[in-house]
Amino acid sequence: MAGMTHVLDPDALSDDARALSVPLPPYRDVTRSDSAFRAFLHGLPGVDQVGAEARVAQLGSRSIKTTSKAWAIDTAISMVDLTTLEGADTPGKVRSLAAKAKSPDPTDPTCPRVAAVCVYGDLAGVAREALGDSGVHVAAVATAFPSGRASRAVKLADVRDAVQNGADEIDMVIDRGAFLSGRYLEVYEEIVAVKEACGDAHLKVILETGELVTLDNVRRASWIAMLAGGDFIKTSTGKVSPAATLPVGLVMLEAVRDFRAATGRQIGFKPAGGIRTTKDAIKHLVLINETVGPDWLHADWFRFGASSLLNDLLLQRQKLRTGHYSGPDYVSVD
Amino acid sequence: MIGNDRLAVRKTYKLYVNGAFPRSESGRTYEVTDAKGHFLANAAEASRKDARDAVVAARGAFAKWSGATAYNRGQVLYRVAEVMEGRHVQFCEEVAAGEGLSASKARAAVDAAIDRWVWYAGWTDKLAAVLGGANPVAGPYFDFSTPEPTGVVAVLAPQQSSLLGLVSVLAPVLATGNTAVVVTSKERPLPAVTLGEVLATSDVPGGVVNLLTGDAGELGTWLAEHADVDAIDLTGAPSHRAMEFEREAAGTIKRVLRPPVTEPDWTADPGLARMTPFLETKTVWHPIGL
Repeated sequence: MAGMTHVLDPDALSDDARALSVPLPPYRDVTRSDSAFRAFLHGLPGVDQVGAEARVAQLGSRSIKTTSKAWAIDTAISMVDLTTLEGADTPGKVRSLAAKAKSPDPTDPTCPRVAAVCVYGDLAGVAREALGDSGVHVAAVATAFPSGRASRAVKLADVRDAVQNGADEIDMVIDRGAFLSGRYLEVYEEIVAVKEACGDAHLKVILETGELVTLDNVRRASWIAMLAGGDFIKTSTGKVSPAATLPVGLVMLEAVRDFRAATGRQIGFKPAGGIRTTKDAIKHLVLINETVGPDWLHADWFRFGASSLLNDLLLQRQKLRTGHYSGPDYVSVD
Repeated sequence: MIGNDRLAVRKTYKLYVNGAFPRSESGRTYEVTDAKGHFLANAAEASRKDARDAVVAARGAFAKWSGATAYNRGQVLYRVAEVMEGRHVQFCEEVAAGEGLSASKARAAVDAAIDRWVWYAGWTDKLAAVLGGANPVAGPYFDFSTPEPTGVVAVLAPQQSSLLGLVSVLAPVLATGNTAVVVTSKERPLPAVTLGEVLATSDVPGGVVNLLTGDAGELGTWLAEHADVDAIDLTGAPSHRAMEFEREAAGTIKRVLRPPVTEPDWTADPGLARMTPFLETKTVWHPIGL
């Protein structure tokens, strides 16, 4: 199946996985006009919000212990996009974050490295240089992150700049203003344009679900992002609360599941913002396994956008290894 | 007028962690009896995860409590004594029942406990003067030392003296600016439960004191090994486990206050011996200007 290829490797990209100005079949004609696209999106099945909340509450009560927990912690560490998105970010902070990404627990060489370091576009070069050939990816937020309030030309320049600086993953934000006022095709076209500007870089599309109001909107936005050629759909910027809640995750995962069933192309999912504890992370892993299955239980298809989560994962890992509780003095301060 | 046939309101007490009263994560409870073996109440039996949560709470509360001025800490602690005074009758009943004391002896123990608390409250802003000071040095420096709190202190409270003993080990930890995770007397936890209610309704920020009712032998090992606990007071540890706890505490270089061979007479003048173990001396060299 073409969609199953390892999209992080640009050479492995099949033609139909590249950004297309028309969506994959069988959805080629849904973007032919504003009204057709609206009819398609509003024709998606409605989300039962109460049912979604009940489902995630039930999945969240799973108890993951001992060897399963050890596996879950290591898997979660390998899926972390270690993030710093502050106005006060400095090259020094990015370098220390890169060092932590390569070797999260310096006292234990068996600890896996994280998936990527996520920074603002202007610092992508610093991150790229610090990470070298370690295999940790450089993700950069672009398109006037986090609000997305800039002209298309500025957003595309932002993307090209980040890619030129060495980012191999771009986290873009959708135009929520356009989405909420019903200009779906505009949102779609912007994602297509950004995907084109990304070149070989991997595109993650941030829906900012905290601003989308309803789960029905989350489902529609997910479909827009997938049809437009996004490689990942991502919940939030982390600057808006609520961010990555489990019901939102469930709806987005159902969207990627349905999309693969229909088109054969697999899309990744990245919850970001508000995931701070190992328990939260494990709940997400359970949600993936039960919603889309183990095909997504890999850093190529699932990421955690987080900063403080990694330290909690490391503390839990140390607890499992040493048998006693660890403390924040035993992990690095970000 | 309510007759004697009124149905008893049986109590199942909870823990006091982070300013709230949660049940034990384990769901366990145990029966608390008076000195003669009659049922008094159910108490929550804390588990290792409750101890873990309590340490997280104590760590979270440390910055604010240790950063408060000594004067303010003294006021807050004095307020606790005021609220204890209001609960005097309840404390007396619980101490009398749990320790099998006569009403007058129980009253004396409660009075001593409240007085002890006031005494420690008075020490907060005097410690720096008594334990710190300016050091004469051979150089153009103004050099001075000040005592600073150690951090999160785990306290295994005395098993026999349920209120005076508890106050005697807890108040010095708080007066010096540390935050505490206390494992109360297993057999006689009710005065500690009431003290938790006192703390919750006074001005002590949540998390500064966390009271776990349960078994010091079971919880002690988790607290002694815990890397985020800075010091441990082994007073209430089972005597055959104290050495083991001390060894476990050494793994993360904790301050350890060793248990006395037998439980001491808590009415004796405590001196500074219970405050100094939980203080670190910070020395500053300040260049003298021209």
